[in-house]
Amino acid sequence: MTLRLGGVCVLIAMLMIRPAVVLASEGGAIIQAANNDVGNIGSLQRGARNYVNYCLGCHSAKYVRYNRLAADLGISEDQLINNLMFVTEKPHDTMRIAMPPADAARWFGQTPPDLSLIARSRGTDFLFSFLNTFYIDESRSTGVNNLVVESVAMPHVLWELQGMQRAVFSEQAHEDGTSKIVFKEFEPVTEGLLSPDEYQQFVRDLVNFLEYIGEPIQLKRRQLGIWVLIYLVVFGIFAYALKNEIWKDIK
Amino acid sequence: MSATRSDIVATGSKLSQFVDWIDARFPMTKMLKEHATEYYAAKNFNVLYVFGVLAMVVLVIQLVTGIFLTMSYKPSADDAFASVEYIMRDVEWGWLIRYMHSTGASAFFIVVYIHMFRGMMYGSYKKPRELLWIIGMLIYVTLMVEGFLGYLLPWGQMSYWGAQVIVSLFGAIPGVGETLVEWIRGDYFISDITLNRFFALHVAAVPLALIMLVVMHILALHETGSLNPDGIEIKEHKGSDGIPLDGIAFHPYLTAKDLVAIVIFFIAFSAVIFFAPEMGGYFLEPANFEPANQLKTPEHIAPIWYYTPFYAILRAVPSKGFGAFLMAMAIVLLFFLPWLDRCKVKSIRYRGWTYKLALTTFAVSFLVLGYLGLQPAVEPYKTFTQIFTVLYFSFFIFMPIYTRLEKTKPVPERVTYHHE
Repeated sequence: MTLRLGGVCVLIAMLMIRPAVVLASEGGAIIQAANNDVGNIGSLQRGARNYVNYCLGCHSAKYVRYNRLAADLGISEDQLINNLMFVTEKPHDTMRIAMPPADAARWFGQTPPDLSLIARSRGTDFLFSFLNTFYIDESRSTGVNNLVVESVAMPHVLWELQGMQRAVFSEQAHEDGTSKIVFKEFEPVTEGLLSPDEYQQFVRDLVNFLEYIGEPIQLKRRQLGIWVLIYLVVFGIFAYALKNEIWKDIK
Repeated sequence: MSATRSDIVATGSKLSQFVDWIDARFPMTKMLKEHATEYYAAKNFNVLYVFGVLAMVVLVIQLVTGIFLTMSYKPSADDAFASVEYIMRDVEWGWLIRYMHSTGASAFFIVVYIHMFRGMMYGSYKKPRELLWIIGMLIYVTLMVEGFLGYLLPWGQMSYWGAQVIVSLFGAIPGVGETLVEWIRGDYFISDITLNRFFALHVAAVPLALIMLVVMHILALHETGSLNPDGIEIKEHKGSDGIPLDGIAFHPYLTAKDLVAIVIFFIAFSAVIFFAPEMGGYFLEPANFEPANQLKTPEHIAPIWYYTPFYAILRAVPSKGFGAFLMAMAIVLLFFLPWLDRCKVKSIRYRGWTYKLALTTFAVSFLVLGYLGLQPAVEPYKTFTQIFTVLYFSFFIFMPIYTRLEKTKPVPERVTYHHE
C-alpha cells in the first residue's frame, strides 16, 4: 500500500514538473499549471519586484497598500521605499498609477485592467499560461498575439526577458471532412536575457505575487484556522460528555 | 401565577424575588416553562432533527455578521465593490466577517434543504402540522429572496448579470410584466438605484420578515408539539402527571444534544472559512471578483449553487414565459404537499415502497437538476434537464394516486428508542 501510494505521489510529481505546454480539450485554451506556492515569501518578494518593475507602469493594483505589502512580505520600510516605490507615493498609499484611463483606452484599445483581484477572477494557471504564450504576429499593431487571450491588446512586456518566439500551427483533420487549425509548438526566434527556466521562475514569482495580492490574509488564515478547530474539538468533547451525563436517565 | 401583589410575601433569595418581580410584569417564567423546560418532545430524535436549530444558529450568524458588514459597506454602484475589498483588507477582522457571511449564506441553504427533506421523510407536514409546513415554505421563499437581494450587493460581474437575468424574468408575466420589471429595478436597467433599494430590502425589510416568520414557525410547532422519526403523536400516551410517556423536556435534554450538533456544525463551518472560503468557486464565484461591467456580458451566467435546480427547470423549455411558470410551480407545488399526500401514515419508516421510490426519485432529480443548472445549456445537458424536470414534477402530480394506493406497515404505539 505504501509502495502504491509512493508510486502515485511520484507520478503526480512528474506530471506537475512537466515542461511541455498541454493542449486543453477546447482548441485555443493552452493552460499550464502555475505550481506557485503562496507560502514562499522569497518568491513573493521577487514577484513584488517583478510587478513594480514591469507591470505597475500600466496596471494599477489599487486595493494593495504599500505598507501592508511590506509588513506581510517581511520588507522594512527603507527597503520598501528604495526598491518598490519610484515616484511620490507614501508607504500608506495604494498602488495606483498615473496613466489616464481615457488615454490608455486610446493607445491600447482598452484600459489595462487593475490587477488586485485578477488571480481570484482568472486563476493562477490562466495567468501563468498567458505570460508564457505570447508569440510573433506581424499582422497586429503590437507585433504579438497570445494563445490564451486571442487578439490580446497587451504588448509582450516581458519580451526582453523571454526573447521572442513564433507559434507553429498545424491542421488537424476530423472524420467529417472538416479540419481545425491547432497549436503545435513554439519556435524560439531571439534569445531573452533569462534562460527558459529562469523566465518560468520569473513568471511563477509574478503570478505568486498576484495570488497574494488577491487575498493578503491567506498567508495567515490557515494558521488561525488550526487553532479554531483545536478549540472547537476540545469544546465538542466536553459538550458530548455533558450530553451523555444529562441523558443517562433516559431509557 | 395570577396572585396580586399583596399576596406575594417577600421571602426567598434576592434572585427569586427579582424573578417574581419580572413575572408579575412579563411572562418570563411562563414562557421558559411552556417553550423549554416543560415543552416535551420525543426522545427518539435522530440526527436529521438538529437542522432546525442549526438554521436558527445560521440566521443569528447572518444577522450579526451582516450588521458588522453594513458598518463598512457602501451601497452605491461607484463604491460597493471597493468597499467590499476595503472590508477584506483594511477593516480589522473584516475578512473573517465577510467569509462568515458568504459561507453562512451557503450553509443556510444546506441546512434548510436537509431540514425540509426531514419533513418530507417523516410526514412533518401532515395534519395537524400543515400550517407549520406552510410557514416553513414561506421562510424558504423569503430566504431565496434574501439571498438574491444580497448577491447584488458586492456589485461584481455575476452580481450584476445574475440580477439582470432574474429580474427580467418578471417581464414574462402577461400585461403587467414590463412595468413590474421597471418598478423592481427603479430604473430602465439594473443601476445604482437598484443597488440602493436591494440594500434596504436585504438589510432591513426581508430580515424583519424572516425573523417574524421564524417566531411564527416555532409558535406553530409548539402548538401541535414536535413529531418524531416514527411519525407517531407522543401526546396520545401520557402518564398520570400529564407528561407524554415518550417525551423528554426540551431543556435540558435537547438543548444539551443540540449543543453538540452546533459544535460539529461550527467545526465544518470553520474548516470552510479558514481553509477554503471560495469552496472551489461555489461559495464565492470567480466571475464576481471582477467589478460589474454593463458593456461586457460574462461567457457563462449561472446563479449560485442553491438556486441552480430551479434555474435548470427554467431553461428546460425554450419558451421564457413557460419556463418561468414551471420554475414558479416547482416551488408552489411544495406548499400543497400536505394535501397532495393522501397516505394516513406519517413516517417513511412505515410507508409503502412506492412513496420511498418516489421520494428517492425526487431527491435525486433535485440534486441532478442542481448540477445541470450549473452547466451551459447545450447537449447532452439539455435533454437530461428535460428528463429530470419531468421526474421532479411527477413526484407531485401523481402523488394523490400513488399515496392513496400505498401498502403501509403497522405503525407502533410507542416510539422506537434504544438507549446506547
